Amino acid sequence: MQRTAHHDFARCKRLAAFVLLCVLPAWARAAEVHVPAVVEAGQAFSIPVQGSGQATFYLVGPDHVVKRTVSLGSDLQIQSSDVRTAGRYQVILCDASSSCTSATFEVKAAQPAHLSFFLHPSRVPVSTRDSIDAAAFVFDQYFNLILTPAAVDFRITPASGAGFSREVSTRRGVAWMRMDSTPHEGRVQVTAALDNVEEARVIQQVAAEACGLRMKAVASGSMVTLETDPVRDCSGNALPDGTVVSFTKVDKAGKSTVDTPIKKGIARVQFGVDGRAQISVACGVVLGNEVVVNGKL
Amino acid sequence: MKWALVGFLTVATALLVAYAWLQSGGLKQHAMFSSATPEEAVHALMSEIQAHNYQQAYASLDRSSDTDLASFIRDVAGSDGSLRTYSSLQTAEVSPLHANGDQALVRVRMNWSSAVGSLDDVRDLRVLRDGPVWRVVWPKPAFSKVPLQVVSVNYLSWDVIGRNTSQKWGAQDVDTPKVRITSMNAISRPGRVVILGEVENEDTVPAYLNVTATLLKADGSAIDEEGSFDLISHVLLPKQVSPYRIDFPGVRMDAVKSVRMDARALLVPASADPVIAVMDQKVSKDGLNRNVLEGELVNQSGRPVNIAQVLAAYYDNSGKVIWVSDGYVDQALMPQVSVPFAVDIPDDIAERMKSYRVIVNHYSRSSS
Repeated sequence: MQRTAHHDFARCKRLAAFVLLCVLPAWARAAEVHVPAVVEAGQAFSIPVQGSGQATFYLVGPDHVVKRTVSLGSDLQIQSSDVRTAGRYQVILCDASSSCTSATFEVKAAQPAHLSFFLHPSRVPVSTRDSIDAAAFVFDQYFNLILTPAAVDFRITPASGAGFSREVSTRRGVAWMRMDSTPHEGRVQVTAALDNVEEARVIQQVAAEACGLRMKAVASGSMVTLETDPVRDCSGNALPDGTVVSFTKVDKAGKSTVDTPIKKGIARVQFGVDGRAQISVACGVVLGNEVVVNGKL
Repeated sequence: MKWALVGFLTVATALLVAYAWLQSGGLKQHAMFSSATPEEAVHALMSEIQAHNYQQAYASLDRSSDTDLASFIRDVAGSDGSLRTYSSLQTAEVSPLHANGDQALVRVRMNWSSAVGSLDDVRDLRVLRDGPVWRVVWPKPAFSKVPLQVVSVNYLSWDVIGRNTSQKWGAQDVDTPKVRITSMNAISRPGRVVILGEVENEDTVPAYLNVTATLLKADGSAIDEEGSFDLISHVLLPKQVSPYRIDFPGVRMDAVKSVRMDARALLVPASADPVIAVMDQKVSKDGLNRNVLEGELVNQSGRPVNIAQVLAAYYDNSGKVIWVSDGYVDQALMPQVSVPFAVDIPDDIAERMKSYRVIVNHYSRSSS
């Protein structure tokens, strides 16, 4: 019950403040208030106020309201903490006779101080077109999105080879670009930079599908050992250890399959052979060569 | 008069006891435990196994059985954390194959219930007459012995460091693995629609994968949504391909306009060990004249695999997946030891299939 009453009281307070803020500007007839049209976020400034006596001052911002009693005839100081959030502000001044005057001004974002940088994906196959997306959001020190155009420099530093950069202008606070992955696997660092602000991310470029998959067979009695050449993609990058390679043998005894992971760059397996055997190798959806073993090679 | 009352009470008590014995299944139990015929002898043996009275079951065997108690218990009750150790015998169907005066051949189809469904074990048992009773000759189980050795295991394993919750918005994260459904086929089976195909982990990291399908009507509304449950290999290593099958019981194909597929992958820690070879696969008929794909599994690593599941995909002439079936192996896969497996193939699929591919799911108590 007490809780409900407390909530009702708070709701009434908010309603009263809302009515006050809506109605007061309509009474704005008295002394005029001259405010700058645009102020930078976090920048303290003063508003000259004419007249004499006491007045009530209201500052209505996007995320807070300030109310204080001020003396007319002197400058009204606006603290930097009162204008940290970018957006439209309204100043209302009401004198003792309840005669009010108002003015509006804009607070724009300050200088770039933070970059929120999204780089996608975190892993990408090499030599893939338009596979890397980079987006940088530019904020000031109070985390206001800076809407005025600014040039963001995307610097790309591959693990091997020369780095390069691309300058992109922000639109509505965001700069983005799309690029191809390079032909070599490894870490690629992408740094978004604007003035003295930098934010770095890392992409792992990984080998693409296997290419030219080949195996060779070494017979020993009734056993045959199959071993792939180093498994690489079409750009010559080694597929990572742990990648599964499938060997399939068909002979008189039936069909035998072994899915074995690549170890130290190659995949190896041993089969017993019963007469003529046809053996094939595959990695994912990529087929390799076939060998035929006739009990002996 | 006094003795007449005593006699009446005695007779009445005996009748009531006999009635209670009949009501409680005593007659049936007597038949099960008696061994007056070869079938009864096998029934009696199965009853003892069902009741976990392994010592009594072993004692009832014919002396010519070339097995010891420990091997017999290991054969019927399983060992090494295998699926059989988590199973219990539900039913045993006994059918005589051949009999003469002194010996008979009896087929028993044991149905074991387990957490993953029922498992059939069909055996042909020799039964010998021993005076007034028949006794089962239990064949010596063939347990392979592996010579003591050190197996070096140096396959890759992957660990994942999760994202720190205190990191700010836009902080770098690791993407989930990229997987791709490489084929999908919708087929109509009696009383259900089945979606099947294959999915590949295209990434360079392991993936925990689940495939779901939603059947849609002509107006775009959903009929039903189901997942692949255990008819898929959920953990896929890089470039590994798994078949999947999703059943929609009670749905008719003519009600389905389209299918929406969804393959969701998570980045998980995994190990490339163990490697399980699937050897000597061939299609044949089992003891019940059903089409089966049979072969042998060989655990090539140094650690036991407690439970293995075989997943088989069947392809037609054009390379399209036309069926996916599975079967659990009720023995543990001990290192370097061949363990037989068999999975059912529907008759119509056996006629149409051109080739097949088998993969193995494995569960180990000590694995990550």
